[in-house]
Amino acid sequence: MDVILFLVFALIAVVCAINVVVQTHPVSSALSLVGVMGSLAVLYLLLGAEFIAAAQVIVYAGAIMVLFVFVIMLLNAGRESRKGRSYTVQLVGVPLLAAFFGLAAYAVQNMYGKETVTFGGFQGGGPKEIGEALFTTYLLPFEVTSILILIAIVGAVVLARKEID
Amino acid sequence: MDSLLDSFIFISVVKAAVIFAILMTTLAYLQWVERKVIAHIQVRPGPYRVGPHGLLQPLADVVKLITKEDLVPPYVNKVFYLAAPFMAITFALLSISVIPFGPQIQIGPVSTYMQMTDLNIGVLFILAVSSMGVYGIALAGWASNNKYSLLGGLRSSAQMISYELPMSLAIAAPLLISNTLSLRHLVEAQHGSLLNWNLIGGGQIVSFIIFIIAAFAETNRVPFDLPEAENELVAGFHTEYSSMKFASFFMAEYANMITVSAMATLLFLGGWEAPWPAEYGSSLVPAAIFLVFGLILLYHGRQAVRRWDKITFPAFGAIFLVIAAIFLIPMVQGWLLPLFWFLAKTGAILFVFIWIRATLPRLRYDQLMGFTWKFLFPVAMLNLLVTAFVVAWTSK
Repeated sequence: MDVILFLVFALIAVVCAINVVVQTHPVSSALSLVGVMGSLAVLYLLLGAEFIAAAQVIVYAGAIMVLFVFVIMLLNAGRESRKGRSYTVQLVGVPLLAAFFGLAAYAVQNMYGKETVTFGGFQGGGPKEIGEALFTTYLLPFEVTSILILIAIVGAVVLARKEID
Repeated sequence: MDSLLDSFIFISVVKAAVIFAILMTTLAYLQWVERKVIAHIQVRPGPYRVGPHGLLQPLADVVKLITKEDLVPPYVNKVFYLAAPFMAITFALLSISVIPFGPQIQIGPVSTYMQMTDLNIGVLFILAVSSMGVYGIALAGWASNNKYSLLGGLRSSAQMISYELPMSLAIAAPLLISNTLSLRHLVEAQHGSLLNWNLIGGGQIVSFIIFIIAAFAETNRVPFDLPEAENELVAGFHTEYSSMKFASFFMAEYANMITVSAMATLLFLGGWEAPWPAEYGSSLVPAAIFLVFGLILLYHGRQAVRRWDKITFPAFGAIFLVIAAIFLIPMVQGWLLPLFWFLAKTGAILFVFIWIRATLPRLRYDQLMGFTWKFLFPVAMLNLLVTAFVVAWTSK
């Protein structure tokens, strides 16, 4: 059951991810990305990390992507026009893709059999465990990230003000 | 037979069917209640022709909406135009699956919770689902390819994103006090009496008010119904929708209303718990209420002014007396009393929704946004901070 669900949602995630690139309309691309986020959330859920799954949906699918869609609608962006690929892309594309797949295959080969994934076996996915980890083991990265976000907010406000003045 | 009754799937299917049937009926009749209440506030009878006191009006509306011509304008973006109502209604109905209506009950050999499923992140699940609900409305507005619809959809998504923040902060405060994310444990933490509810015992009056205000905005209700302001935007995001597609949006709005009311009940008003313990007679209150209503109806039935009322008033009076008698049977009290308190509290909040619709005018859009960002959000933040300090102080 777990394996079937994993395969179904992994497939949905991959198809949606390809769809993000293939679609010509920005709204279709954005919604495909929502599909990717949603199926990733289900994968987290299968692993037993229910808090992370909920956070994934609330933050990525529910907040960030809504803003994406909102901006696309506000700008009324139309279909992108398809131009022919440039010469360099045609030349470099296939070798790069082959190299990437080779690297991925190598990584999978290396990891295979060393650690087994058990569905629902992960015990650190609850809100309490994550809160404890964030405020004890990972306190410094957590605080640094919050300062980073604060800087980003201040930067956004400064940039927006410049536009208005 | 025994294994069938015990099986998880069988129980879940039965529960889903029961909850779905009740929810759908409630959605239809909430509309009737709303029209009636607003009519009486405005001193007119409201729906009256279809059935006694218009009680069959929802049925007539359903038949009308199903049999209407299903129109798809030629200039819309077909895929998203058709997907939008589905998304709206799916995400609206999904959140009812984690709402608990009562405690663990025993029906024959089966012991089960009066709840579809209890997630240990139930509150987050509802937040996640309701944040996904924006897509239905935003897409409907955009795919309609109509500037009124687009404006409605944009307004709605901006409004829902903005009010989600104070709403989440308001939800976080009672969660701190009850120290759980599961909706069932949340209610169990408020067990006892009125004084243990988060609203009174927890001192969460501020976050309750913030939650209710944000809930009005999240469900696009008056005074925050800018997305469908008919004097500016025709009908907003659902202008181009007809027949069952329009009905989907309509049902989604009412389902969201029921969800947020149930949430307010669970978070602040102690869910299915009675206001005071049963040994002081709280188990007699439902029976007393129905008895009084039944007697009033019987009394009015004797001196009815209108011809119909001579039949309908005594009939409903008798029904109410029967309900009062049912509430006194000890066998059903175990599940009927919690259900009564849950429905009574949720119904009271739904009544406030309707009451305010008949009372307040619509806000201007910049006022709406200014209000949440400059007032509601800081207040919710402050409230959360104070609550956190108090919880940290008292837990030692």
